Amino acid sequence: MTSELDIFVGNTTLIDEDVYRLWLDGYSVGDAVALRVRSGILEQTGATAAVLQSDTMDHYRTFHMLERLLHAPPKLLHQLIYQIPPSRQALLIERYYAFDEAFVREVLGKKLSKGTKKDLDDISTKTGITLKSCRRQFDNFKRVFKVVEEMRGSLVDNVQQHFLLSDRLARDYAAIVFFANNRFETGKKKLQYLSFGDFAFCAELMIQNWTLGAVGEAPTDPDSQVDDMDMDLDKEFLQDLKELKVLVADKDLLDLHKSLVCTALRGKLGVFSEMEANFKNLSRGLVNVATKLTHNKDVRDLFVDLVEKFVEPCRSDHWPLSDVRLFLNQYSASVHSLDGFRHQALWDRYMGTLRGCLLRLYHD
Amino acid sequence: MPGKLKVKIVAGRHLPVMDRASDLTDAFVEVKFGNTTFKTDVYPKSLNPQWNSEWFKFEVDDEDLQDEPLQITVLDHDTYSANDAIGKVYIDIDPLLYSEAATVISGWFPIYDTIHGIRGEINVVVKVDLFNDLNRFRQSSCGVKFFCTTSIPKCYRAVIIHGFVEELVVNEDPEYQWIDRIRTPRASNEARQRLISLMSGELQRKIGLKVLEMRGNAVVGYLQCFDLEGESGLVVRAIGTACTLDKLSSPAAFLPACNSPSKEMKESPLVHPPSHGCRSTHNSPIHTATGSRLTQNFSVSVPTLIYTGMGSGSAGKEGGPFKALLRQQTQSALEQREFPFFTLTAFPPGFLVHVGGVVSARSVKLLDRIHNPDEPETRDAWWAEIRQEIKSHAKALGCHAVVGYSESTSICEEVCILSASGTAAVLNPRFLQDGTVEGCLEQRLEENLPAGCGFCHIPYDELNMPFPAHLTYCYNCRKQKVPDVLFTTIDLPTDATVIGKGCLIQARLCRLKKKAQAEANATAISNLLPFMEYEVHTQLMNKLKLKGMNALFGLRIQITVGENMLMGLASATGVYLAALPTPGGIQIAGKTPNDGSYEQHISHMQKKINDTIAKNKELYEINPPEISEEIIGSPIPEPRQRSRLLRSQSESSDEVTELDLSHGKKDAFVLEIDDTDAMEDVHSLLTDVPPPSGFYSCNTEIMPGINNWTSEIQMFTSVRVIRLSSLNLTNHALNKNFNDLCENLLKSLYFKLRSMIPCCLCHVNFTVSLPEDELIQVTVTAVAITFDKNQALQTTKAHVEKSLQRASTDNEELLQFPLELCSDSLPSHPFPPAKEHLESASSNSGIPAAQRDRCSSWIELIKLKAQTIRRGSIKTTVTVEKTSPMGEGNFRNRSAAPCANSTVGVVKMTPLSFIPGAKITKYLGIINMFFIRETTSLREEGGVSGFLHAFIAEVFAMVRAHVAALGGNAVVSYIMKQCVFMENPNKNQAQCLINVSGDAVVFARESELEVVSTQQPAANCQPACTGGEVTT
Repeated sequence: MTSELDIFVGNTTLIDEDVYRLWLDGYSVGDAVALRVRSGILEQTGATAAVLQSDTMDHYRTFHMLERLLHAPPKLLHQLIYQIPPSRQALLIERYYAFDEAFVREVLGKKLSKGTKKDLDDISTKTGITLKSCRRQFDNFKRVFKVVEEMRGSLVDNVQQHFLLSDRLARDYAAIVFFANNRFETGKKKLQYLSFGDFAFCAELMIQNWTLGAVGEAPTDPDSQVDDMDMDLDKEFLQDLKELKVLVADKDLLDLHKSLVCTALRGKLGVFSEMEANFKNLSRGLVNVATKLTHNKDVRDLFVDLVEKFVEPCRSDHWPLSDVRLFLNQYSASVHSLDGFRHQALWDRYMGTLRGCLLRLYHD
Repeated sequence: MPGKLKVKIVAGRHLPVMDRASDLTDAFVEVKFGNTTFKTDVYPKSLNPQWNSEWFKFEVDDEDLQDEPLQITVLDHDTYSANDAIGKVYIDIDPLLYSEAATVISGWFPIYDTIHGIRGEINVVVKVDLFNDLNRFRQSSCGVKFFCTTSIPKCYRAVIIHGFVEELVVNEDPEYQWIDRIRTPRASNEARQRLISLMSGELQRKIGLKVLEMRGNAVVGYLQCFDLEGESGLVVRAIGTACTLDKLSSPAAFLPACNSPSKEMKESPLVHPPSHGCRSTHNSPIHTATGSRLTQNFSVSVPTLIYTGMGSGSAGKEGGPFKALLRQQTQSALEQREFPFFTLTAFPPGFLVHVGGVVSARSVKLLDRIHNPDEPETRDAWWAEIRQEIKSHAKALGCHAVVGYSESTSICEEVCILSASGTAAVLNPRFLQDGTVEGCLEQRLEENLPAGCGFCHIPYDELNMPFPAHLTYCYNCRKQKVPDVLFTTIDLPTDATVIGKGCLIQARLCRLKKKAQAEANATAISNLLPFMEYEVHTQLMNKLKLKGMNALFGLRIQITVGENMLMGLASATGVYLAALPTPGGIQIAGKTPNDGSYEQHISHMQKKINDTIAKNKELYEINPPEISEEIIGSPIPEPRQRSRLLRSQSESSDEVTELDLSHGKKDAFVLEIDDTDAMEDVHSLLTDVPPPSGFYSCNTEIMPGINNWTSEIQMFTSVRVIRLSSLNLTNHALNKNFNDLCENLLKSLYFKLRSMIPCCLCHVNFTVSLPEDELIQVTVTAVAITFDKNQALQTTKAHVEKSLQRASTDNEELLQFPLELCSDSLPSHPFPPAKEHLESASSNSGIPAAQRDRCSSWIELIKLKAQTIRRGSIKTTVTVEKTSPMGEGNFRNRSAAPCANSTVGVVKMTPLSFIPGAKITKYLGIINMFFIRETTSLREEGGVSGFLHAFIAEVFAMVRAHVAALGGNAVVSYIMKQCVFMENPNKNQAQCLINVSGDAVVFARESELEVVSTQQPAANCQPACTGGEVTT
């Protein structure tokens, strides 16, 4: 006696969250059944393995049929074939677009192309995430990227509107898209200590302040969104950053800056002497990062540079985070007292964001 | 009454890409009704076209309006080649033809293609303007309402229940026409879908005509089925119960005395308002005036006058003579009625007086080509024969009527088994009258009868019983006799006193049969049938006793014929009726008592069985109050007859009473283990696993013992097909396979629905088919309903009060509820039982008389056991003072509040006639849909499971879309009548036909009704999620 056909169709589509997770994690039906058995479900419910097998198959089939719709979540909401309560729809979408930290760290900043897709095998081996799951996550990134790539308006809003994700997840996707678009290097060994959250935090700051979309500042006129592009860094701004060179090129200005910072921080900083000794190096590092951003190559290496030029030196001198904060605050604020320096607004736009990023990047 | 049909095509969405080059579609729409076709403009290069067409107007006869579906085809325009069809939508406009149902059909419909499934959606608006026309010789029956629900629909009151209506139409099946060889599968499928749609329209119209001639305005319990007879044609047949319904629209409608004719009745020109004193009725279904059919039997259309008004003053106390008079009249009315059948399974309190037991008839026929579709006499005659038999069975049980009546077929190649079954019953003479005054008197007469047991009392003469039964005095009232076991096809009457909870009981059976052709095959089947009926009945009886229960409701025995086997599946809901005696246990007796080890084995088994019974009693909370023997009185002394119920009528009966220690004086059911067969039986008894804790199941509408339903419901369909290993198939192996299949299926359901615990599977409906030699297909449709365990106690009380209240209102309704014929409550003059009985027993199987004789002894047995299963009793109505109609009246007012919004987008589906925690406020019309889906890329669609899963999901979606377009938010009495699945994996092909029906309704949550104000804000947020317009 073999089962030829075995289906269950509810007027309300049944979704088993546990099985959904197993499916998303890319397990085969057989593996999923084995995992469910191990979870002790048979004992709890008194079911047999055959029942579990049939149930799992059924859910997998349902998810497989739903997957097409999940690729365009608004379709899931407006299709008529599967009657799913709104809360369940939201859960399906949210979980489908959720990703693994380990996976996203591997792909973040890489071009979402066929080439990268081929590397998924390696990523799967390295992270222990099934290839199937890697593919799903990669395809999600790529799909979101494709849809919002050419769109105007807020990146987060676009993601949210077209994929119906929660605010949190939409922000993450905005970061992923932003990183992929600007191809920031995140995979270097010295960046390994950074989490996706760190990068996403930086991405958000950069999107808010350094992109074309950020220029339109006061969005009093809703039509101004026409020019609001969140994906690309503001080229003009990057060009202008060259003007900051004077802060380190002009020796007087550099000395004046240093003395202002040192005066203000004397007695307040545990690592004062180290700061005083390193000031010029640190300042040169931070300003040089700014002036190089006109080159694509250097944009990509932004995080590498920040870590190399600022995070690592401070860390080797054992600066506590509070001291880093005090220093950066003072370092940015003191520039306003430099009479010879004319690019205050530019400096603030640059340093405001960079300060936020550095503080986030500064940990072990 | 011609009418104008107006259609507007608004927009489409999610269309498939038809032009690969541009990834877009140039869509336009053809709107066809009858022979007229309109087209919209082409909306170029869009997957979401906005046609916003003008109103397309069709001027048509109402006959066409009833028969024809509106056909909408979406196409992709192609400049150089033929336009490609994207898909179609068929819209049944029938719901627009009676005024108080839907007024407009408007909404998104899935665009369906028989090869590709659903491909996007289309937004359509449909309206109908009817012109009044009082032509009495009309062919149409616009205005007659149809309900699938097998009880009086919730927002109606039955003025008269006229009785049985039936009709069938036949045609050639397009799939088997020569042209099918040269046309595409798509064209063939569409031809079939269209034909069936036309035929069911025609059928409904013809039934409607009969109803009008009977002066009714509605059909309740409408059941329409298709017989795919293959080469020999396609039969669409329907049965139902004609009624005159009155809408409960205002409190005034509750007022007693002669109710003014209601609105609907005025609309239907043929309906006479009920008048006092006398009523003219038609007793027999009248064949259509169209002359399209010859009447196979004579059919009388003479109105019968029934006097009810005479001496209304004096009749009160003189119950005897008065009743006798009534009886006479009833009886004569009955005799003139061709078939006193009712497809209803639930009745207003007091309608059912006594229940006699299950009556059923089967007949094996050889199909031959239907030569002239306009003269479907053969099929008509077949059914008439079977119905006649049912009628005589009922008579034999001392009953005038058959309730819970249904018909079915099973076809394999050219052999067809026709089955009919129902419950013999005596109906209340009170319903003969239409006046309120008399009704009140009658009611008073019955006031001193105890509640909750009347229907169990035997309708036949105990000295002249149609079959041996063990009678005792009713355990409830101790005045009347009751049988020891009661089987019925109806729902448990609401006023029945039940102890504990009920449970689903199934008997499953397979019998191998040699492959044969034509007559030899039919003969073989006919010979097997009696054995199967007998076995099925034995199994049911054993399982019932094992559960410690004494009555079955909703019994449905399905016999399915295949090439090389017969399958029998009986499902019913077992309960413990307080009025019936406690069932005895099951006693195992060995044939060779000298063998020590054997005896040990036997006693071991016995212990197991006793343990199971005890466990079941605990599980289902069956703990009847102890009653001392004296009070009950001595049972009727007929112990000997019991032996006829035993498997072999040999030595055992004396022994039994002695052996039966555990169950005292009560009779035990004896199983003799004398061969392996019996062994199996015992084993199979014990293999049925009870549902996991927190789960209950039944196949009736309501689960006895549970009444605190919460609002969560989940309707589902589950299908399983197993392939039997073809080698060495034995009956035993087959039985085991089949048993496992059903048991596993149930287990899977329990597992899948575990998140709903505590819950009950209601209306569990199993269908078995044998699509191929080694394939068994089981289809289950049911609804899981959650209930609140904690509230159980309080609600029981509340429920009682409620039901009392309900009863009272119902009673009032009933006062104006004269059944034209109905029978007497005094069973003193039963119909001559025995002879008729045996005569009718010979199933009219189309086999030679000689063979019949051979079977006759068996048939007798079966008669005794299976067909005329025992009788039951209904308790006469609760005697409550007439309360004011305020209860219902209040509800009405509240229900008028516009709260449909809050559930936009969600359409509930349920096989039940109600929605827990909600009130049905409006019936929008019948949903009756037929779909075919075919694929030539089975593997790519996920194999047979993927294919069928998607198809059933699509069918649900299309049903929901139609309901939503009618303005409804639920389908009640939903049923999947057919699910024919065929596969050819080698060719990577599969085909499936599905037929579903139900009643589209608008319901409002009870809580919403109460707090109209608070639900307003909720209405705003919910649709945003599901129903809101898309921005894409």
